[in-house]
Amino acid sequence: MNQELVIEQKIIGDMIVLRPTGDIDMARSSAIRKAVTEAVRTRPAKLAIDLTAVDYMDSSGIATMIEALQSSMRNKMKFVLVGVGPKVRSAFEITKLVGMFTICDTVEEAAK
Amino acid sequence: MERNPEISIRLFSDPHLLSTIRSTVEGLAKVVGFAEKSRGLLMLAIDEALANVIRHGYDGRTDEMIWVHLWRVREPRGIKIIIEDLGRSVAPEKIKGRDLSDVKPGGLGVHIIKETMNESCWEQRPEGGMRLTLVKWLSPEELQNVTPTKPENTFP
Repeated sequence: MNQELVIEQKIIGDMIVLRPTGDIDMARSSAIRKAVTEAVRTRPAKLAIDLTAVDYMDSSGIATMIEALQSSMRNKMKFVLVGVGPKVRSAFEITKLVGMFTICDTVEEAAK
Repeated sequence: MERNPEISIRLFSDPHLLSTIRSTVEGLAKVVGFAEKSRGLLMLAIDEALANVIRHGYDGRTDEMIWVHLWRVREPRGIKIIIEDLGRSVAPEKIKGRDLSDVKPGGLGVHIIKETMNESCWEQRPEGGMRLTLVKWLSPEELQNVTPTKPENTFP
């Protein structure tokens, strides 16, 4: 297991895509929070977080996604989650937050 | 007298160690017969419980002690987990999940624990710190899929 979260960043048109790899938990959620803050600062039209390579997310990760959504809304940006796997989806479902987010299967779908 | 746990782990209160405990819990949950979704939620619940100990019991200090004990239980079939610490002691009635209709970051851990587990009980340890007892049983569907226990695999 990686000690630090690896986060790739891609720009597709007017969308920034952040792609973390690994578990997002108490030890690693600050890295994605920092990446989100930096991405929002550049004011893209859309911010996507691609969770395809994230197998597990705890409540600190969910809190980070809520912050990203709220920050995007404040800056009049769209916010999309991509590739939410079963374990991560369970975490959103049990906190009754799954309906708050726009969720796409692929980055291409999110870019439309 | 309570029988010994199948697995006992003592760990430092370091968030980087949480993934190790998640893997252990998932492994035992698989042996018991929990389906993938239940195993994921179990991992989440114990992760949240340990994160709360680190965050609130030990104020984020990473060199304090936490003890995790795991049992398989037979009637009803499931898993029991006890987490003990020597951190700040809190009156159990003050440990509550928050209102989820207020969408904001944070404060979701206790809600996740209570939603996931069939039993969750916080106690103040006489020697200091807290003890959290968690129990989750197999669902009727999971119970149907469990292979009948062979004599050599029986557990008390």
